[in-house]
Amino acid sequence: MKLEVKNLEKKFKNFTAVKNINFHINNGQTLGVLGPNGCGKTTTIGMLLGLIKPSNGKILIDDENFENLNREKILSQFNFASPYVELPKKLTVKENLEIYGRLYGVKDLKRKIHEVSDDLNLSIFLNKKTGELSSGQKNRVSLAKSLINNPKILFLDEPTASLDPDIGDFVRNYIEEYKSKNKVSILLASHNMKEVERLCDQVIMMKEGEIVDRGTCQSLIDKHGRNNLEDTFLKLARNKNELE
Amino acid sequence: MNWNKVYGLSLRHFYLIKSSFPRILDLIYWPSIQIFLWGFISKFFTLSSSYYNNTVGVILSAAILYDFLFRSSISYNMMFLEEIWSRNFTNLFISPIKIKEIIAALTLTAIVRTLIGMVPAAFLAIPLFGVSIFKIGLPLISLLISLYIFGITLGLLVTSGLIRFGPSFENIAWASLFFLAPLGCIYYPIEILPEWLQIIAKILPLVHIFEEMRNILINDIISYTQIFLAITISTFYFMLGVAVFYISYAGAKIRGTLINVGE
Repeated sequence: MKLEVKNLEKKFKNFTAVKNINFHINNGQTLGVLGPNGCGKTTTIGMLLGLIKPSNGKILIDDENFENLNREKILSQFNFASPYVELPKKLTVKENLEIYGRLYGVKDLKRKIHEVSDDLNLSIFLNKKTGELSSGQKNRVSLAKSLINNPKILFLDEPTASLDPDIGDFVRNYIEEYKSKNKVSILLASHNMKEVERLCDQVIMMKEGEIVDRGTCQSLIDKHGRNNLEDTFLKLARNKNELE
Repeated sequence: MNWNKVYGLSLRHFYLIKSSFPRILDLIYWPSIQIFLWGFISKFFTLSSSYYNNTVGVILSAAILYDFLFRSSISYNMMFLEEIWSRNFTNLFISPIKIKEIIAALTLTAIVRTLIGMVPAAFLAIPLFGVSIFKIGLPLISLLISLYIFGITLGLLVTSGLIRFGPSFENIAWASLFFLAPLGCIYYPIEILPEWLQIIAKILPLVHIFEEMRNILINDIISYTQIFLAITISTFYFMLGVAVFYISYAGAKIRGTLINVGE
């Protein structure tokens, strides 16, 4: 599934959170969205998920305007995971996956729950309350929920934030493997530059609501004469004028 | 309407109730306390008031019906607040569920929560005070339906406020019913109100419900017109509540308040 954003803008009263941005994610590609806190990443994801109404611009799904498409049909092909959005803590992992499986209209739900929980090493926690899990386990449950419907476009907001290096590596490996098997398009917002270098085909750098640069990780590193993506990010985040 | 999705969202609340004994106890505790309190007040009035003379349990019956309304509304609000407290709001609103399916799920689940509390309380009143709400007979079903629709309507209006203003609107959720209680003529006839207030009270379904309850219990007369009026008015407000909810949801998407709603 191809996602394209054209002249997307969001204004909140006198403040413009996202300023006329353009990008696209081709089928099976991963786009990294980088930028300092408050640069408009969350607002952009919110607009793409239908939680925030854009002030201007278009979101195209396979070349069709999101607004003209059936909202439920499109959302059944999307999913989202973020450590900042939790699942009900008092419910067990299995109950949470069952509920979201039903909301996404998943067929053969029992098999699917076992499949994602096996893949993400969650089988032994299925009957445990989600709130009793460690943050690494919770992150994996959130990822399992985001894959319950075999999404065609997956939105990941800092999927490995606050994870230890081992679990972080496990999650990155899993995403890589899942992507290659399922040809899913991914939008990844992250502050972990190594993760972005490893997972993303293309990157956009945002600052103050605008896209200030874009390209492959290597092309951006080369263009700005830095040794790695982290240094490139710091340069772009700290000095917009250098770009112009 | 996709009933599998409605069932899915209802399951979320059933699992929550099932998972916690204190939660079930809490649902039963407050209605039962109300029965004790109003049972003794009712007993005192029936012994000391000429209006309620020989009509044991009118006040207690009113208390049970009012509590049914209160629990319906609070159940609806609580389930919506659970989504905010558990920071699950974003997950819910990005799933392919329609607003009408969310409303349907909360409406259907709220009745279960309400009945868990109210059924034991209603039965408790029989041996403790010799008062049975079931003496109202078949019209009781119509009165409960009307109360339930209005309770859900108040829940819808409060949840619209939660979507519009965020969790800070929570206090209104608890206070909402008390605003209307004086106009509902729950424990007294409408004639007690000043004339100008009677006009306002009559546009609420509560007056018609509680007047009818007293009519049945005291005069042994059933007015189907009054019952029909109560259900019609409740349904009108319910439709208004649904419209307000949709408007709030659309407004929240413009203001961006649906994202990052949490504690």
